[in-house]
Amino acid sequence: MEMVKLTIDGKPVEVEKDTTILKAARIIGIDIPTLCYFQLKDLDIENRPGGCRICVVEVSGRRNLAPACCTNVTQGMVVNTHSIRVLNARRTVLELILSDHPAECLTCAKSGNCELQTMAQQLGVREIPFQGEQSKYRKDTSPAIIRDVDKCIMCRRCEMMCNDVQTVGALSAVNRGFMAVVATAFEMNLEKSPCTYCGQCVSVCPTGALTEVDHSRNVINALADPAKTVVVQTAPAVRAALGEEFGLAPGALVTGKMVAALRRLGFNYVFDTDFAADLTIMEEGSELLDRLTRYLKGDKEVKLPILTSCCPGWVNFFEHNFPDLMDVPSTAKSPQQMFGPIAKEYFGKKLGIDRKNMIVVSIMPCLAKKYECQRDEFKVNGDPDVNFSLSTRELAHLIKLANIDFNSLPDEDFDNPLGASTGAAVIFGNTGGVIEAACRTAYELYTGKKLEKVEFNELRGLENIRHATLDFNGLPINIGIAHGLGNARKLLEDVQAGKSQFHAIEIMACPGGCIGGGGQPFHHGDSDVIKKRAAALYREDDGKPIRKSHENPFIIELYKEFLGKPLSEKSHHLLHTHYFDKSAGTFVEE
Amino acid sequence: MAKIKLSEKKIEELKDVCKSFNNDKAELINVLHKAQGLFGYLPAELQEVIARELNISVAHVYGVVTFYSFFTMLPKGEYPISICLGTACYVRGAEKVLEEFKRVLKIQVGETTPDGKFSLSCLRCVGACGLAPVVLVGEKVYGRVSPEGVKDIIAEYSN
Repeated sequence: MEMVKLTIDGKPVEVEKDTTILKAARIIGIDIPTLCYFQLKDLDIENRPGGCRICVVEVSGRRNLAPACCTNVTQGMVVNTHSIRVLNARRTVLELILSDHPAECLTCAKSGNCELQTMAQQLGVREIPFQGEQSKYRKDTSPAIIRDVDKCIMCRRCEMMCNDVQTVGALSAVNRGFMAVVATAFEMNLEKSPCTYCGQCVSVCPTGALTEVDHSRNVINALADPAKTVVVQTAPAVRAALGEEFGLAPGALVTGKMVAALRRLGFNYVFDTDFAADLTIMEEGSELLDRLTRYLKGDKEVKLPILTSCCPGWVNFFEHNFPDLMDVPSTAKSPQQMFGPIAKEYFGKKLGIDRKNMIVVSIMPCLAKKYECQRDEFKVNGDPDVNFSLSTRELAHLIKLANIDFNSLPDEDFDNPLGASTGAAVIFGNTGGVIEAACRTAYELYTGKKLEKVEFNELRGLENIRHATLDFNGLPINIGIAHGLGNARKLLEDVQAGKSQFHAIEIMACPGGCIGGGGQPFHHGDSDVIKKRAAALYREDDGKPIRKSHENPFIIELYKEFLGKPLSEKSHHLLHTHYFDKSAGTFVEE
Repeated sequence: MAKIKLSEKKIEELKDVCKSFNNDKAELINVLHKAQGLFGYLPAELQEVIARELNISVAHVYGVVTFYSFFTMLPKGEYPISICLGTACYVRGAEKVLEEFKRVLKIQVGETTPDGKFSLSCLRCVGACGLAPVVLVGEKVYGRVSPEGVKDIIAEYSN
């Protein structure tokens, strides 16, 4: 590889040819400010439109300033990242951006996490000298995501996520010049677009233009109502990220503190979505074994591969894009939606609580869960199985609002019976985790043998698409894994073409899995944060006394007392679902 | 598929246009150009068909349609009227001519009269500066147009 020597701020540096000034500077610890530029290094995600011009630097011998994010280094280049000319230009650029941005920081949902606000602080902007026309758009509220595009600065990160990474195609830059904005086709509501509510646009938006629908007010009201029994369930990925909101290092496991905080917030029962994840494995794993056994007996009707169905963003994606494959995914509901009916129809009934008087709240790393719990098929006479879904970020806000000193809380345990879970359930939050959990159980149920080593390391990692062949006592089982919907699309197209060699495929909509979900604390483009969260979940699994779903004593009890056996009539009624064709062009007005 | 407003035959014609560009997404602008020539404008449903044929998102098609001023989502009138606002025409009073068209037709630039007869647009220089100010009705060029002459031009096409 050809190497290039240059000097940045007086420091010599040698980098590979075709490196940008921005990357060369970062190698030697010089952080040139950026706004539209965005990168998740280990996930092959990059946004580099070169549009905002915040990253301009001075290059000796060059007439104009150079945007560091899209100018390659040259031999002997001399770069100054903070000359007076650079600082003035950078501030003017920012002032011009701010001249068309509502000054609503006091009330903006993104305040404190806004990269534009941080930039204004960093560059010392104290007034906005430019006065002119301001963009005015209508606010678009969908079941999960709010678009307030008056705050859009056209960095186009959301567009990159929606199109290049997720291949969803809900958003695009439209119009030109001052009128340019990121919008849906024909500027219709997001709800009418093919949006999956994966929330990856929200997770990368530098401003408050894209935020989640906030349900914390509804939860506070439920907690304050003495007539209601309020039950909470927490998804696995939350415990590996919540600490970041309280200044703890990424990857800090705060399971015990989270439980303590939820109890202090006034939830009557603090339960775990992990319990429902174990239940999911029982149902989904049994479905896999059922299809596999029938397939091996030569049943031509049986559909393989089986696809996981835990991820609501993914479910929305195939309903929109692959309606011809709707009988391929497992019919098992997601853990969130399995938890709801078990809480209301089993636990509630046992305690003599009418489902109308029970409020089930979920804490999720996800925005699509907000939509999922509102789906009609998950309601009984209008009463949703899960009433409200809060993101990890919303839970952090609630804890701060209630004046709870999170970091000094003691570690507490979940309530029983719906709080007991195994290590298999904990790793649901990582890409590869659901299928690993399923294999731990499927292996033992299929072979009748005890698994020597519960970890399937071949299923772990961050590569976009992974595959492995597991040995089920002489029977090779081919597993495929994709995270990110663009990668999922590739696997799906193979299935469509009849080319897929897999018996089972796990798909998660978000890069890294739920730990990188749209409802998690903002990672601001640091992929190490995602990796540390993943490691935290594997650590939690490692420390669990029981690590296989079918060995969870409370799950065994639940089947004995209530459900009968996996795939029983009762299980089908409460724990399985069906899918809908959403592929019709929704944009054309009727 | 949503309610079809375009006839099956028109949709087939549109699909043939896409096919003539090998359904290649890189040819989107050419496809839109051809389609607008065929239909006069690019309504939402037409964009949906193109997106489907080229295997790209409707949002992307809409993004391109709204980026280029040449593309329009509004139907043009039977007699599209274009007023040149290039420098030569402008200094010789094209703006007054435009105002008169707006007043008489009771429409703004980019709009079409309710009877579908006339639409109004502006353009920059048709290369006939010696005839400034210039007005086009369809392909026909009118030179040295004065506000007083506007009524006569419209009268030619109203019957």
